[in-house]
Amino acid sequence: MIRFLVNRLLGMAVVLFLVCLFTFVIFFVLSPDPAVQICGKNCSVEAIDQIRANLGLDQPFWAQFWTFISGLFAGRTYGTGANMIECAAPCLGYSFQSSQPVTDMILQRLPVSATVAIGAAVLWLLAGVGGGLISAVREGRFADRFITGLSLTGMSIPNYVLGLSLQFLLVVTLGWLPFPQAVPFGEDPAQWFANFLMPWIVLSIGAAAVYTRLTRANVIETLQENYVRTARAKGLSPGLVWRRHALRPALTPIVTIFGMDFAGLLGGALITETVFGLNGVGKLAADSITKNDQPVIMGVTLLAAFLVVVGNMVVDLLYTTIDPRVRVGSTA
Amino acid sequence: MSATETQALLRVRGLTVAFPTARGNVDVVKSLDFDLARGSALGIVGESGSGKSMTSLAVMGLLPKGAIRTGSIEFDGTELTALREREMQSIRGDRIAMIFQDPLSSLNPYYTVGTQIAEAYRSHRRGVTRRQARAVAIEAMERVHIRDAARRVDHYPHQFSGGMRQRVMIAMTLSMEPDLIIADEPTTALDVTVQAQILDLLAEIRADTGAGLVLITHDLAVVSEVTDHIVVMRDGGLVEQGAAERIFCDPQEAYTRMLLDAVPRIDDEIGLLRTMTAAQEDR
Repeated sequence: MIRFLVNRLLGMAVVLFLVCLFTFVIFFVLSPDPAVQICGKNCSVEAIDQIRANLGLDQPFWAQFWTFISGLFAGRTYGTGANMIECAAPCLGYSFQSSQPVTDMILQRLPVSATVAIGAAVLWLLAGVGGGLISAVREGRFADRFITGLSLTGMSIPNYVLGLSLQFLLVVTLGWLPFPQAVPFGEDPAQWFANFLMPWIVLSIGAAAVYTRLTRANVIETLQENYVRTARAKGLSPGLVWRRHALRPALTPIVTIFGMDFAGLLGGALITETVFGLNGVGKLAADSITKNDQPVIMGVTLLAAFLVVVGNMVVDLLYTTIDPRVRVGSTA
Repeated sequence: MSATETQALLRVRGLTVAFPTARGNVDVVKSLDFDLARGSALGIVGESGSGKSMTSLAVMGLLPKGAIRTGSIEFDGTELTALREREMQSIRGDRIAMIFQDPLSSLNPYYTVGTQIAEAYRSHRRGVTRRQARAVAIEAMERVHIRDAARRVDHYPHQFSGGMRQRVMIAMTLSMEPDLIIADEPTTALDVTVQAQILDLLAEIRADTGAGLVLITHDLAVVSEVTDHIVVMRDGGLVEQGAAERIFCDPQEAYTRMLLDAVPRIDDEIGLLRTMTAAQEDR
């Protein structure tokens, strides 16, 4: 068990290092010179050189990469002498646009993205697993066809179309939801909830559709397993056969993809946050991309990679408690 | 009442199992009759597709969805075909137990064998505590000669070998002390030495509990060791039936003789093992 854990942690470190390297290469090689960008229109060559030196852009690639990596763990400094700025670990650098520390910018917006992700996850789990179960029980009948059709539709609609249509329908035409205003939960819970309701729905539709189909397929397949027949041959009631012998094996794979999906979403929902004007990590990324704000884009990318890798690890650990075949090796 | 002594434990009359298809119903079991006397063992023999397994599932009331069952199945004086699903549930596992072919896939990988043995017991005997059911499970495992049962009871199916898994399946049926055990190809997935052990175990349990046994197999060597009475099936129909000795020594039908000839014997000349020719198959 400990060996398993150590192995996984090492693997995780390698993956994250590679992600760092690749993102760094992309921005180092491909993007236009940030110093020119920062300096503005009327700018002297000396000023650009000064900015380069301050940001460490005059260093060779590997030196810059090393500074970046060590900045993540130990913090780093920019400039020299009186102009020196301390950037505490985990240092992701400063935004070229606003000169704010990237770490702070992300941390400020993380709660919004987390709220969006958690709400959507709850919705899609309920709708997806619930719909899949109903579909499986009523296989081939009207309810099954209806749900299958619905999930196909859900899968086919792009997020921005659904988001904009919902806004138009529910807020503008029908007036069922108030116009979105940014309020903290403590001030006006009703408005807060109304703000997040549409993003939750929009984000959950696609995943709910996928989960519905997956649950349906898994349950139908499990019901045909020999051990389900054994359970019936033992004289267990249909409810018990279902709960104990069909659901657990059928829902185990859902845990895997849920962990990954959820972790990915925590790193920001780019389109949905932008459509609904929510100040989350996804919107931060979208804004930074248009402004070519490299440190911020890199920070967001690394965060997303980190979350997915950690999510993956958590799922693996969960699996060892859920599936006895992973937990205890064969001893006979 | 002395009549119950002579009354058959299982009395099947005109059992037909059909599946509806686009071109009408297809009968997979055709008007089958047989009896199983109390405490005796019956072998149902036939090649794959002969309807043996469907016969056993029909008795259990576990036919696949859409299957149509007609005819009469009388178990210990009760007409099973007339029972509701709920009433059938209380008979399944409790009075008629079943052992399946592939013990690994027939056990749920997510639960310990102890849990799986105990759950039938708990669902049939109301008010049994977890601890009591566990004790029953351990005792059942001891009866099928699983060593160190008190420890093994907490192990998962994948931690057992094939033969041991089948012992677990048998322990599962034993814990309920059923009147009838239906074993559907119980040794087919096991290697030869283990097969013999499992057959011995079935015989031992029958001697101990007096339970009736229906043994379904394609392997005549298997039935010859365990059963008193043999039913030979082909294409869903009855070919012949009779006392085991009579079937072996004096088969009446050509098909039975062919099955017997396909069993290798130690006194056979090398190279003379007969198989069914294509012409005979087409018969």
